[in-house]
This record gives sequence, structure tokens and C-alpha cells, in this order.
Amino acid sequence: MRTRLRHSTDPSAQRYCWDIENGHERSLTQIKFNAEGDLLFSCSKDHIINVWFSHNGERLGTYEGHNGTVWTIDVDSQSRFLVSGSADNELRLWNVSDGKCLFVWEFPTAVKRVAFSDDDERVVCITEQRMGYQGAIRVFNLNRDGDGTNRAWMEVFLSIIPVNRAPESQEPEHMFHPIGSKATVCAFTYTPNLVLTGHESGKVALFDVVSGTEVLNNERAHMDIVTDLQLSPDRSYFVTSSKDKTARIHDTKTLRVLKTFTTETPLNSAALAPNRPYVLVGGGQEAMQVTTTSLRQGKFETRFWHKVLEEEVGRVKGHFGPINTIAVHPAGTSYASGGEDGFVRVHHFEESYFKAKPYGDLEIED
Amino acid sequence: MAFPNDVIDDELDFSDIEAKYRVEFDDGFDNVIVVDGVPIIDKSKLDKLLAKISKEFSRRGAVIKPDDIFVPWDDHSGKTKGFVFIDLGNADAAAFAASAMHGHPFDSKHTFHINRFSEIQRYENMDETYVEPKVEDYRPKEHLRAWLADPHGRDQYVTYRGDDVEIHWHGKPSQCEVAYAKKNWTELYASWSPLGTFFATLFRQGVRLWGGPSWEPQHRFAHPLVKLIDFSPCENYLVTWSHDPITVPANLPQGPEFFSPEDEGNNIAVWDIKSGHLLRTFPTTTYETDDPAMKKQMQWPALKWSSDDKFVARTTPGQQISVYELPSMGLHDKKSLRIEGVVDFEWCPLGDKDKEDAEKAAEAGKGAKKKENMLAYWTPEVANQPARVTLISFPSRTVLRQKNLFHVTECKLHWQNQGDFLCVKVDRHTKTKKSIFCNLEIFRVREKDFPVEVVELKDPVTDFSWEPKGERFAIVSSNDPNLGSSAPGITIKTDISFYQLDRAKNDFKLLRILASRTSNTIRWSPRGRHVVLATVGSSTKSELEFWDLDFTSEERREGQNVKEEWGSGIQQLGSADHYGVTDVEWDPSGRYLATSASAWRHTLENGYAIWDFRGQELEKHILDRFKQFIWRPRPRSLLTKEQQRLIRKNLREYSRAFDEEDAAEESNVSAELVAHRKRLVDEWNAWRARCKRDIAEEKRSRGQKLNGEHHEEEKEEIEEWIDEVIEQIEEEVVD
Repeated sequence: MRTRLRHSTDPSAQRYCWDIENGHERSLTQIKFNAEGDLLFSCSKDHIINVWFSHNGERLGTYEGHNGTVWTIDVDSQSRFLVSGSADNELRLWNVSDGKCLFVWEFPTAVKRVAFSDDDERVVCITEQRMGYQGAIRVFNLNRDGDGTNRAWMEVFLSIIPVNRAPESQEPEHMFHPIGSKATVCAFTYTPNLVLTGHESGKVALFDVVSGTEVLNNERAHMDIVTDLQLSPDRSYFVTSSKDKTARIHDTKTLRVLKTFTTETPLNSAALAPNRPYVLVGGGQEAMQVTTTSLRQGKFETRFWHKVLEEEVGRVKGHFGPINTIAVHPAGTSYASGGEDGFVRVHHFEESYFKAKPYGDLEIED
Repeated sequence: MAFPNDVIDDELDFSDIEAKYRVEFDDGFDNVIVVDGVPIIDKSKLDKLLAKISKEFSRRGAVIKPDDIFVPWDDHSGKTKGFVFIDLGNADAAAFAASAMHGHPFDSKHTFHINRFSEIQRYENMDETYVEPKVEDYRPKEHLRAWLADPHGRDQYVTYRGDDVEIHWHGKPSQCEVAYAKKNWTELYASWSPLGTFFATLFRQGVRLWGGPSWEPQHRFAHPLVKLIDFSPCENYLVTWSHDPITVPANLPQGPEFFSPEDEGNNIAVWDIKSGHLLRTFPTTTYETDDPAMKKQMQWPALKWSSDDKFVARTTPGQQISVYELPSMGLHDKKSLRIEGVVDFEWCPLGDKDKEDAEKAAEAGKGAKKKENMLAYWTPEVANQPARVTLISFPSRTVLRQKNLFHVTECKLHWQNQGDFLCVKVDRHTKTKKSIFCNLEIFRVREKDFPVEVVELKDPVTDFSWEPKGERFAIVSSNDPNLGSSAPGITIKTDISFYQLDRAKNDFKLLRILASRTSNTIRWSPRGRHVVLATVGSSTKSELEFWDLDFTSEERREGQNVKEEWGSGIQQLGSADHYGVTDVEWDPSGRYLATSASAWRHTLENGYAIWDFRGQELEKHILDRFKQFIWRPRPRSLLTKEQQRLIRKNLREYSRAFDEEDAAEESNVSAELVAHRKRLVDEWNAWRARCKRDIAEEKRSRGQKLNGEHHEEEKEEIEEWIDEVIEQIEEEVVD
């Protein structure tokens, strides 16, 4: 494990940056900080989930077991459980601290997105529409009483309780098939039983998981596939990115588009920076669409936009391919980006980032 | 309750339904024609006559049988009445027969006159009393050059993006606004007329011209599937070209604005803009190259206009130049200029001075002798004859100057825009024909006997450009071995050289050479002096260099020849980069430069940028599916030389007023921006406050305790020690 310390010279977001190397052999699909921000989870097309120390890029461990591209991960707010969805049609529950797989749910198709609810009690997942199976959204109840570590302990010492006999139920608590365009991303809102979804058509919708009905939708939220959806800390608004080259902030309650950030490249991810009024977006021309390999053309930069004024404030270079996923430290002190090039880059913001007031003394509510 | 099922039908009024479903009867006579001029005969010859008529009709394609003909009889004389009715079966056949057989000579004495039966009825019912035609009220038309009277003196440009065409005002930042916008205004591209009066858009059906402050349609020219258009220099005429040969369908309306059957098969049409009339059509002449692999190229503009709009000429490559007179569009002197082997020609443009002289001459009356037009052409080497460049005057057709050239591969004729100089860029080959180099043959047209000077260069020249109204030119030359092979990703290395006429020696001398650049495009400011060098069409380089050629001598234009070192006035003002630039264009005032990346060439970062003449970026818009940017041209200034000189002299006084305006505007803009931002932030904060209230309520209703009291995070200090071995030195200590 080798890490390199690099200093970048971007004016707006000065920071130290870690290149995490030898971690993943193939492109990143999603990265996530835990609630404290000391750990960074990453998953990739190479079937492996890694966890790193976010402050220095040292690898803490791996979660091995998936047999296909790991599309998505999420970690609960206590950093006890990790869920992951993969192209091997499995949704797995992991113990964060020792890397044991606690439970496996199997589906007919690949799992494209997972997310915890705000009380950590439930997990929502999207399975793909493929091979004659409809796309489905399922909600599972987690049994948090039987401590994950306990179970692992039992496994180790008794080695008689097979993995899939854990108290979790194979049957989802709720399940429904959204009609129309495929769902690509999802997340719980602050209201129980309401799930936000982003769709291939560019639609953003609110579903009631109990009845499986679409409560509210915004058909024209985007003009192309919604690629990412990240909520604000209080889940009252969220940012989406899309292949239509824009990122947008929406009101969770009404699904009204509040802000639009227009770039000139298809976007794969958008994240909100806590404590500072910025939105981070990343993307790039897909490799197959780039005729020549100039870094300039691909636009493989993380861009910082002022989320209220809708003005671009800075860019950070570094990746050699499109950026697939961006995550910001929950305290807003650093951010990480995962690229098609197989690198996770963690950037720590410098003092000036927190002090700078590029638009005067305007107090902006988070 | 009883149902009213015994209602009697009579009580109901069905008239509305009857009216609605009434069958409209054809009057049934559309398929009948009336043929006049039929010989008057008696019964005995009837069969023979009917057989003959049907034969004649059938021969022309209107097939009828003798049974279809009805012959009215004069019962008194026992003879026919001299006309017959023919039933053609349907209206289309009747229309065809009427047009085909009308005026048909049946025999030496009889000629058919054919009318549609329904028309005869109509004419019969016509009111014979004369009705005075109503004189339409005069509708004032908008001034087509109203944009020149803009109080801020702004220029306009048009952008074409996706399906949207927008016309913008361009001035100071606060004065930039959209003047007019329209969706689907054009189906192919948009274009300005050379003096900016008209805005042309292309549709499947033809060309439309628009103008005036409210952009009302002005003219239309019906040339189906038109692809290329070209205005004459004084905006009197329009040339259109379509790849598809003209066809005249039967239902095409007739008139001077439309094609007639004799235009069929042609591709090029010439139109009079004022009347909208079609003047003449031509077939496309293709330029045949020796290389069979290369497709036949068409030259565009196919017709070249003399700059006073009096003549238009086209070449038949290898044979002749045909000059047509306007407005009749007849071949001048009824014969073409027969020139064996002619490849290309160019008219000499008229300078501002020429135009003033012409105006004066027109005022003075016919007495003053008009200056003749001039044109230059070249012929390649044929057999034992050398290649030759010839200057002739027109319409007298006298040869003014001829120059023989040897080892010529290709010539390009470049007139300076005032018609002072003609540069013939001659691509020459060595005797072995292995390498190509370039000579510039510069004709000084204003001097007696047209002296020619030769500038010899070692490398091929890829671009040549005269300074407008100036005595300088710039060339792009290259000795890059990749020149000519256009592999993607390869950027050709080039050298840019500036030449200037040395007044003392009266020849052109090198001013400055800028070596190993990648620039391949030269764009002089329309007012001269400033020039932009751009790297266009490369996937890796997209530099713009802004140069000033009179940096030290402000007064050069005033005619004061300041003694200074040769070439010392050249100064680079700035450089910039517009990724993926495909087009570079100066505005007509020479103050701004627009660069655009068009989706017609590639789809990366399409959009446009506007720079000032120093290379400072003023605006940049990256717009998906952006296609076209064109400045609106301006006509020649109406001010006389004297007035212009006066303005230049008092420039300082004028500029004081402008400076004040600028300062006022600047403070205005920033105040506006701050207010705008404040409003956005206030809106956001208000919304956030609402959100927080909502969430609090929601949680309370669910019986959760508010987690407002965030437990203070205890911070953990992590000290990290990094040891880095910089150098390891082993030293042996010798006692």
C-alpha cells in the first residue's frame, strides 16, 4: 500500500490530496463517508469493497464476497452495518468492524442502488429491469438488536449458523414495481415510508413504499438519465446529477427544482458540501465517445458551484477518466472522488476554503 | 312516467343535420372540354372526323375514343356547328388535354382552341360592368437600415443554436440584449446580405429575406431544396444553388417569380431582389481535376459579381469566361471571352475612392468617363505555352497586363480589398515535380504599366491575406512534412510572416516572421492594423494570438511617416485559447472578435466567445448544438473623408463623455449584481427556515424528540508522524 502526498494548485479549493493507489483495479462505482467522516468506503467494478482512513488514505480493510461489479454501498449512521448491491444479483449486509458478511439477499437481477433510512432501521434497494424481470424497489427491515458483532462471534465459534440463517428475512417488508421509466437511484426522505427515486427518463418521483404508489413526480426534472441523488443532512432537499449535463437541487417535499447548474459535460455525480454553500459535480465524456485522449476534452474535473447563486466557483483536476462518484466529508473538511480511472482521490480543504467569502458577507443557511 | 317514445318525426327539425350531411354534387363538367375550330362538315364525313380527332388527341397523350366526342348539330343546315365537346373521364385528364391540345393545328385552315366547359360557364356569368379597382392604402414600410441608428451605436449578430435563431445587440455589457428570437427560423443556416440590410434564411421551399426592426418578411425566392446562396456586392441580386436540378411540376404557379419549363435541369438561379423576379438559370459547371480520385468540385460562388453589380461572370473551365450584363442578364456583347484553358478569374474590387469618384461622376452627369471594371484570370501550362496571368479591363476587353509563369501547379488570385494590389499566389514545383514551393507575384494595379514584383518563398503557403485598406499582407507557410496529410490529432507547424510595402524602395519587404506556430488562419480586423492568428480545426491546439502592427506609431494613418526601425511597430497584444474553435470573425467595427465552435464540425464544447481587440474575453457561452455565429455587416460610412478626419482629431473630447458613461455603468452593474445575489440568498434563507419548521413539526407529530440539541462533537486529535528518509549516507570513520 503506497500513498502519495500531492499538493494541488487550485485557487478556490486549496487542499492536500491523497491518491489512493492499488486499491481498485477497475473503475469506481460509488464512495461513501461514514457519519463521523473518519472512514471512507469505496466499491468498484473489480468486485471488492474497500474501507480507508479518510485522513491519510491508509486502507483499513476489504469486504470480499461479491462475484460481480459492486454497484452501490451505504453505511449506517453508527458505522455498524454496511450494505452493498452488486451485479451478481446479491444484496449483502456486512459488519463494518470486522468485514464479515452477515446476510445475503438474492434477487433475479442486479442491485443498482441501496440506501439506509435516517433511523438506520431500514434499507431500500433498486433491482434492475432485465431478462424479463421488472425493475423493483424493495424495502427491508434490519434487525439491529441482534448485534452484528454477536452474530459474527457465533459464526466464528460455533461455525454452525450459516450466513443466510441470520435473523434477517429474505422477504422484503415492502416491494413494488415502478411503472414507466426505470429507476436508477433512490433514497429515503425524512418522512417514513416515502422514498425518492430518480429515473432513466430524467423523472424524479416520490413513492409511498407501503402502497407502492407514486405520490408525486416531476417528469421534466432532467432531460436524460438521473445518475446520482444525494440528500442534504436534514433530508429536506437533495441534489441530482444527470447525463443531460446539469445538476439540480430539488425540494424534497414538493419536488420543485430550486437550482440548476449547467455544465458542458454529462454528469455522473453531484454532492452537497456541508457548512459551505457549494455543490460539487463531476463527470466527463464517456471513454467510448472521446475520439482523442486529451484530458482537456474529457473535462475530468470536479467542479464547485455556489448552490444558491448558481455560479461556478472553482475546479479541481486530477482524474484521467470520467469522475463516477463524489462524496463530501460530513463535517465538510474534505471530499473524495472516484473515477473511471480506478483512483479514489481524497482532497482536504485548506483554511482559505473556509474563510473565503467570494460573494461578500451573505449569510447562507445550510 | 311514460317515455316520450311516440314523438312524431314531423315535429323534429332535421334541417341542421340535412345541411351537415348533404352530399356536395360535383357540377360534373370538370371532365369536359370544348374544342373550337373543328371543321364544319355534314353527316357523311362525321365518322372520319371523329376518328381523326381522337387520333390527334391520342397522339399527344390524351387518349379518347370517338364515343367520347359529342358533336352538336345545326338542324337547319344539317351540318356541325364547328365545335365539339369531349368527355375526358376526369378533371386531371381534361386539364392535361386542354393544355396539350390548345392551339393544335388540325389542318392548314383549322386550329383547335380549347376551353374547359366549366370555365365557359363561368365566363358567361361574369359581370360585364367595369369596377374601379380599389387603391390600397399606403402602408409605410420599416426602414431596412434602422439598426444603424441605434443610439448606443451597437452592432448586431445572429446566433443559430439547435432550432433557435437569435439576433443580439452587442455593445457594453449592460447593453447586450436579444433583439429578436424565433424558433425554426431557418432549416439550413442563416446569412446576412453583404451590407447587412437583409437577413436570409433557407427553407426547403426556397430562400426568404427578412429585415427592418421587427424582422418582417421582405422577399421570398422559390428555389426548392436550395443549399447555397450568394448576394451580389450591392445587394441587388441573389444567386441560389440547389444540388437537385430544377423541376417544374404541373401545379407550379406561373409568373416572373417562378421557374418555367425552360429552367428545368438547371441548378443555379439568379434573382432580382427588389422585384423578386427570376432573371436566369444556369446548370452547374463542375471543375474537373486531373486526379480522378478527387470528385468533381463545384466552385462557389459559381457566379462572380463585379463590385458595382453591373456584371456577373462565370467560367466554363478550360474554355471561356461568360460575362452577363445586369439587369437583363444577357450575355455581354452576345459572346463569351474565349480563353483556352482558363481556370479561374477574379474581379477587381472597387476601392472607397473609386466609389466616391463614381458617385461624383454620376452627379456630374454623363460627361465624365467612367472607370472600367477589371478582371484577372489565369491559364495553366498547356503544351508549349507557359502559364499566364492576365489583367483585362471590361467591357472594353482590352488586355492590360500579362505575365508568363513557369512550373506552375496552381494559382490563387488575391485582390486587396481596395483594388490597389493583386497578389497571385503561385504554387510552383521543382523540375522533378517532387517538392512544391511558392512565389507571390504582386501586381501594383494603381501604377502605370502595372509593375509586378515577385516574392520568392521556400515553403508552400497555406493561407494568404491582405490587410484591408492597407499595404501589408500576412501569409501562413509551412515546411511540416505532415502538410497535406490530414490525419487526426496532427497539428501542422507553421510560420507566419508579415510583409509591408516599403515606400522608399517601392517594393514589399518582410516585416516580421513568427516561427514555429500552429496558427493556420489569419483574420485581419476590417479596419486594418490589428490581426488575429488562430489555430482552427485542430483537436489539440486552439490558440488565438492578437497582434497590433502599429503599436508604436499612432499617427501612421494620418500620413505622417515617422522614421522608425523597420518592423518595430509589431507587438503582440494578447493571447487566448478557445477550445475547439472552428470560426473566427471580427465585428464590422474592428473592436471585437467572435470565435465559435460549431456543432457542424464537432460536438465538443460548442458555443461562442467574444473578445476585445486586445484578447480580453468579454463573453463566453458554451451551448449545446450551437451552429452559427455571424456579425451583421455594416454598409460603407456615409461620412466623407473630411468629416472622418475631424472626428479623429477631436477624439479626446468625445472620449471624455464615453468615459463618464462607462464609469456610471460599472457602478450600476455591480450594484445590480449585489442586489440580485442578495435577493437569491434571501429567498433561499426564507425557504430553509420554512423547511426546518416543517421537519420539526413532522418529527413532533411522529413523537420523536427533536435532535436540535446536537451533542457537541468531542474532537479527537490525531497526531500523525511521517518519517521520510531523504538520504542515507554511510560513512566509514577511519581512526
